[in-house]
Amino acid sequence: MAETTFGHEGGIAAPSQPVSVPGVHGESPAAHHTSTGLSNEKIAMWAFLGSECLLFGGLISTYLLYRNRSVEGPTPSEIFDIPFTSVSSFVLLMSSLTMVLAVSSIQRGDHQRCRTWLITTASLGASFIAGQVYEFTSFVREGLGYTTNIFGSAFYTLTGFHGVHVSLGILMLLSLVILSLRGRLPTERAETVEIVGLYWHFVDVVWIVIFTVVYLIPE
Amino acid sequence: MSELATHDEHGEHGHADDAAHHPTDTKYIQIALILGAITAAEVATYFVDFGPLMVPSLMVMMVVKFAMVAMFFMHLRFDSPLFRRVFVAGLITAVAVYIAALTMFEFWTEDDNIDTSTGGGETVGMVHVSR
Amino acid sequence: MALTEERIELTTGDGAVTREPLGVFKRPTAEYGWKSWLTSVDHKKIGIMYGAAALLFFALGGLEALAIRMQLAHPDGTFISHETYNQLFTMHGTTMIFLVVMPLAAAFANYLIPLQVGARDVAFPRINAFGFWCFLFGGLFLYASFFLGGAPNNGWFNYAPNSLQEFSEGHGIDFWAIGLIITGIASTTSAVNLIVTVINMRAPGMTLMRMPIFTWMALVTQFLLLFALPVITVALFLLMFNRLFDANFFEVDQGADPLLWQHLFWIFGHPEVYILILPAFGIVSEIIPTFARKPLFGYPFMVFSGIAIGFMGWGVWVHHMFASGVGPVSVAAFSLSTMFIAVPTGVKIFNWLGTLWGGNLRFTTPMLFAIGLVGMFTIGGLSGVTHAIAPHDAQQTDTYYIVAHFHYVLFGGAMFGLFGGFYFWWPKVFGRVLNEGIGKLHFWLMLIGFNLTFGPMHILGLQGMPRRTARYAEDMGWDFWNLASTVGAFIIAASFLVFWWNVIVSRKNRIADPDPWDARSLEWMTDSPPAVHNFDEIPTVTHLDEYFHRKYVEDENGRLVPVGSSVEVHEQQHAEAVEHHAAEHMHMPSPSYWPIVMALGLPIIGFGLIYNLWMCALGGLLLIAAFYGWGLEPSVDPDAPPHDSGPGADHPDGDGDEGAEAEPDSETEVAPVG
Repeated sequence: MAETTFGHEGGIAAPSQPVSVPGVHGESPAAHHTSTGLSNEKIAMWAFLGSECLLFGGLISTYLLYRNRSVEGPTPSEIFDIPFTSVSSFVLLMSSLTMVLAVSSIQRGDHQRCRTWLITTASLGASFIAGQVYEFTSFVREGLGYTTNIFGSAFYTLTGFHGVHVSLGILMLLSLVILSLRGRLPTERAETVEIVGLYWHFVDVVWIVIFTVVYLIPE
Repeated sequence: MSELATHDEHGEHGHADDAAHHPTDTKYIQIALILGAITAAEVATYFVDFGPLMVPSLMVMMVVKFAMVAMFFMHLRFDSPLFRRVFVAGLITAVAVYIAALTMFEFWTEDDNIDTSTGGGETVGMVHVSR
Repeated sequence: MALTEERIELTTGDGAVTREPLGVFKRPTAEYGWKSWLTSVDHKKIGIMYGAAALLFFALGGLEALAIRMQLAHPDGTFISHETYNQLFTMHGTTMIFLVVMPLAAAFANYLIPLQVGARDVAFPRINAFGFWCFLFGGLFLYASFFLGGAPNNGWFNYAPNSLQEFSEGHGIDFWAIGLIITGIASTTSAVNLIVTVINMRAPGMTLMRMPIFTWMALVTQFLLLFALPVITVALFLLMFNRLFDANFFEVDQGADPLLWQHLFWIFGHPEVYILILPAFGIVSEIIPTFARKPLFGYPFMVFSGIAIGFMGWGVWVHHMFASGVGPVSVAAFSLSTMFIAVPTGVKIFNWLGTLWGGNLRFTTPMLFAIGLVGMFTIGGLSGVTHAIAPHDAQQTDTYYIVAHFHYVLFGGAMFGLFGGFYFWWPKVFGRVLNEGIGKLHFWLMLIGFNLTFGPMHILGLQGMPRRTARYAEDMGWDFWNLASTVGAFIIAASFLVFWWNVIVSRKNRIADPDPWDARSLEWMTDSPPAVHNFDEIPTVTHLDEYFHRKYVEDENGRLVPVGSSVEVHEQQHAEAVEHHAAEHMHMPSPSYWPIVMALGLPIIGFGLIYNLWMCALGGLLLIAAFYGWGLEPSVDPDAPPHDSGPGADHPDGDGDEGAEAEPDSETEVAPVG
């Protein structure tokens, strides 16, 4: 048939031969009918993550600009609880490990383990969110509301956007678990888990930046 | 599924070098431990006075953690360069543009505790500059 | 398979599939009729819808312009109030940029890219449909403001703090902010889709440097969209939170900096203008070689200058802020960078001239519009260079001189290019050719009207007439040129009516030749209009301008020798496809109503943000339900009859299991597995 794949592109290395073994890299068999030998969905996710850098960059820059300019109300150093936030940051960081273990499991065909790791990841993510909720409610009690001052608006908006991203990630992780339980996530579809994993790691990586830049670096 | 017999032929279809390029679970755990250690060092800056080294070391640690998660957990190191290019394009654009913008706000040369009193500072052009 | 209880045993291919449809919500199958448009995931239908909606908004934006010109035709105008005037110029700008030029470019990109790269559709057809409906609903949401207390009235760039509630009462600005967030989602998803399509779905042999130039320019545009839209999204959210939830982002007495809005807006805003012009540059780069009967001069330079514009476009945004008090260092730096960015565009102008030079020129209507772009954009570019000189911009800024500049590049540039594209590709899209005589009348009327409207604005600007001002006094000396400009505006309107007259009258001009212009790229190798599956068989590409090389070869003297007419090439393609039983390997994505349902959730959330937060919950639930419905639905309906309009499809139900074995999660064309 005439629809063979040309993998070679100027400057873009193609796989040496089409990957016909699902589970080695978790690529779906469809991946080797594309110009680059890579899957559409994975390229799409990376492109999307590239654009998210500009979204979070804007929110982080706004925060940085405004964190010292409040005319009233609590300031960062007055309100932050670094030890507490360190723990929830560590929790989120470890969730990246469990995520990658989930991907590794399904690539090996171990669906039970994959589900376990996915649930663990979702739970760690949920703990992170719970920590955020606790943190925010205590801040509010201590006098930092969304509208109190410019630091508050910027802080809650930045962390709020991040929290929404985490929450959507948790939903996706749980959806994967349910799909898997219903037999709709076979080893050939391991890449789906990998792609959700990319999103999850990105959300973690954004927090790595936020933790340093918002919490640890003093005004 | 296609004609493969079992799932266990990891690396056995002419991709002999795959195993070396694809981290094992043990490797992932090691990386996570390193990340944890760096996080501990970051948190240490809260308790220990690093002096003028504080901000630079925090930035370095942040970048190292970012890179490790991206390269290993997100597999950028082992995957096609295309993914790296697309992502890094966005990342570099963001960093360049926002650093330029913050520069124009004189962010890097701001004093600490800018203008916490109401009505302080003066207006230059349309910009409220705090003193 | 929407809302079904699916229990698919995905074992080793002998799929025992059970499915119990819930009756009412069966998957749509319509291929004709209005329902087929609502549920279509075909990039061609989606492209046509983008074009039609954009032309509707062009009429609305044009009416707004005419009202503005009526008000300014005479000094001390009383045609409309100041408040109405403010709403009209705001909506005119917002409409023309976000609801006309961007979707027109999307129309061409969506329609042409798969055809030009030799694919059957884009990478994610349902996301493509979702994007269109987001755009339409976002635009309608914005226009709802006229009926719900007043349209936004603070200019299309809507500077803070004037955009805050205390200075802009009512909900007009909220409709603007939320409407643009929604249309931004459309453009972002579209960008991801088209980037993946171009990178990953090219025909065998089509390297990046063998792609048609329009596809290249559209690709650069998609990257610009991908990276620029998040920045304005941040700004819009900050504004919305400030207005609706009392955040402090732009409250100066709380310590906010008004320049934050300006920077965020223009970091988006400058790449945005390249988003607006690059597709038109691509269109013109296709038209001129065709009607000069010469290959594009300096194709690699055209590609790299487009990429250069994409990069450099990020480094000039402060030239929109020279008078805002950013200080002399910033002004000097950005003045320099702005002068530099003229260079890659200059390269393009010279390459177009080089293509024309020595060519066997045919002055068809598309060619006239293309040459029109080259001329008019050059004029607009020259005034742009004068703006780059910051001290001179200090006089020009906020005057009609700037209005003249951007209309020359946006109307004389982008719109002329886009109209050229309409005339050029109309035969391919609709199987009818637009009337040449009426087309030329359209062109000349539009050219004259356009120059009469905007040419004098250079003079008015240098005479000091400020922008965004509803009335001017009698003794300013601006009367004559304002009246001339208004006359010109009505001539433009007349020319637009001529275009519609052409569309109506040409409905009977059916053509049999799939390639009436003797063109160069792959889309001309398909039927007119193309079949749903685009190509009977995906071609193998060996040249830039692949289609042209199937019609002509060069002899030893370098002269072109025809080896096949367009009809012959077409028939040979068809015959080969039948021989190769190409239809058996064709899995076209099936229609779906989830995209439009999901898109509907967004304006509902929008209304909820403005009026009642419970509506947000409703819209959010709809969004999430649609997301899951969509996610659980395979892209190819396993119950759909096999695609039988392809060649060589002489096995009606024979092998029978095309659908069941298809990979449901990948929307690329898939060969049967295993």
